[in-house]
Amino acid sequence: MNSKSHSEAAQNFIEDEPRTDWHDETLWMVRSKRDKAVKVLPEWEILREWASGIKDHTLSNLDHYLTSFEKNAVANGIKIHWASSAEEHNEIIFKIIADNDVKKIVKSKSMLTEECHLNEYLQRKGINILDTDLGEYIVQLRQEAPSHIVLPAIHLKRQDVSETFHEHLNTEQGNYDPQYLAGAARNHLRERFIEADLAITGVNFAIAESGSFVVCTNEGNADMGAHSANIHIACMGIEKLIPKTAHLGVFLRLLARSATGQPITTYSSHFNKPRQGQQVHVVIVDNGRSRQLGRPDFKNSLKCIRCAACFNTCPVYRRSGGHSYHSTVAGPIGSILNPNLDMKANADLPFASTLCGSCTNVCPVKIDIHSQLWKWRQVVVANGYVEKSKKIGMYGMAWVLSNAVVYRIAGKVGRWAINTFPFVVNNKLNIWYKQREMPDAPVKSFRDWFKEQQ
Amino acid sequence: MGARETILNAVTANKPALIDLPDIDISVSVRYQDVVGKFTSMVDAAGGKAFYQHSTDTVRKDITREDLPENFVINLLDQPDSRDWASLRAADLSTLDTCYLQAQLGVAENGAMWVSEAQMSNRLLPFICQHLVIVVNSSNIVNNMHEAYQKINTLSDGFGVFIAGPSKTADIEQNLVIGAHGARTLRVYLIDDKIFNET
Repeated sequence: MNSKSHSEAAQNFIEDEPRTDWHDETLWMVRSKRDKAVKVLPEWEILREWASGIKDHTLSNLDHYLTSFEKNAVANGIKIHWASSAEEHNEIIFKIIADNDVKKIVKSKSMLTEECHLNEYLQRKGINILDTDLGEYIVQLRQEAPSHIVLPAIHLKRQDVSETFHEHLNTEQGNYDPQYLAGAARNHLRERFIEADLAITGVNFAIAESGSFVVCTNEGNADMGAHSANIHIACMGIEKLIPKTAHLGVFLRLLARSATGQPITTYSSHFNKPRQGQQVHVVIVDNGRSRQLGRPDFKNSLKCIRCAACFNTCPVYRRSGGHSYHSTVAGPIGSILNPNLDMKANADLPFASTLCGSCTNVCPVKIDIHSQLWKWRQVVVANGYVEKSKKIGMYGMAWVLSNAVVYRIAGKVGRWAINTFPFVVNNKLNIWYKQREMPDAPVKSFRDWFKEQQ
Repeated sequence: MGARETILNAVTANKPALIDLPDIDISVSVRYQDVVGKFTSMVDAAGGKAFYQHSTDTVRKDITREDLPENFVINLLDQPDSRDWASLRAADLSTLDTCYLQAQLGVAENGAMWVSEAQMSNRLLPFICQHLVIVVNSSNIVNNMHEAYQKINTLSDGFGVFIAGPSKTADIEQNLVIGAHGARTLRVYLIDDKIFNET
């Protein structure tokens, strides 16, 4: 885990101003595409209601749906594994690898395996996993973490990708053409798919009534791996369940529109049974999710379908970059999920927000993200995980704001001081002065002005 | 106690009071006056190329033209196919140029088509081929995903997939690149199978 707080890491990120602007504008473009895709559906708000309601229902009966998924999947010939923690998840996968003498592993995008740090775990055991989603492949070659759950390499420019591919794939130096670079990765990874012994994928939706699971990609990498290799391991959190196949109609209409503004991903693959001679394993992971289910204020965060619409719309995410969140899932949703995993290490994240509420407005499953951010702040403070300076400052402010006489005097002194001795606030000791010009103080308060008008 | 019991017990202890499933009335969902026109425009928007045909003649001509000794073409339109495609592995299919197959239905709102395992013979075919050609009947175009799930049986086979367009990625600076890991092109032949009584 990164020892830098969100604000410290964000400070590094914004040092390169043109790059920060590019990051901001590119994600806003994705948000705009989402808006366009959403506005053509008059029933959009109804779809969100349904999705939210289906997830609320599923979470309220999750033990039942988990066991019926298990029963039906086993009947279909799928082997089910249960993991309470990230460590157990990694150990289960290692055992399957060892038992089957697996040498070559391809993986498509799975944020759960990132959350469990599967790659690092297996690397310590001398086993290499190849990430095949183009964005994940790029960041893996650079030994970086994804900075966005849907667009893992959004922090990089084409020049960075070109240099990385030149070094690892021997592509032409200085060729920045995305078509050329993606083509080079395609050619290289095709061979890796064909020789793969084992494919690891995530799960977008697991259907309780059928024991099936659905994986969505645009690149086709999940299918290339799963249908080539003799063994397929699909990893899912306990919150991925939905009751019925028909509910996929609701979620598949919401997911890609919210994520990238596409009406659906290129491939929505429905896995029911292993093919002849194939092993299919599903690893069901808790890793703190059942604890979150028991927090009335935060249980709704488990409705998340990982579309990242809240990332793209967030003014703080767009201007601080995913790595500043020092967690697998960044952005507003990450800031309400991660304090559950480790409150102390992630105590800074609920503060990485303006509480503007845009995340809540775009969320396809209607998670009250900004309210949860605000509630987490209180939990984090109550547990003593904020810096003393912030705590004292907040108490001081609360005292001033709740005391009319003190407030008026403080205002008067402040206006006089700022106008008479501007250096009192315009200096490096004032953290609000960093990267900002301080505004001129008004001559009088609103209250004084209002009195004059009477 | 094993992980299974630990997880299930924690979920049972922590889950909120039961909330009912919402009533889902799919009749509020979008419908199109010209479903076929909407479908073809959505196939094109997804990076594919849709052709509206009155018969399968053009497809047959394409197959005759493309199925040359130097090309590896698999035609699954003429069932039953005597050859055993199912047992072929990725290494056997790595040079596959073009695959022709039939989809059960198409969805107007997004240009997606449902292909079941029986229709693809081998799960790898629609993904590993360089060029994918899908034939779908115009009477099998539905308005939206809800209608699609009413018409298909996702459990008829071990595997099935909605395919919308050729494979694609935007992972380099959000530039759209057609041809990621799956097929590089998609042609869709929409066959008019509606019976018109012209007088």
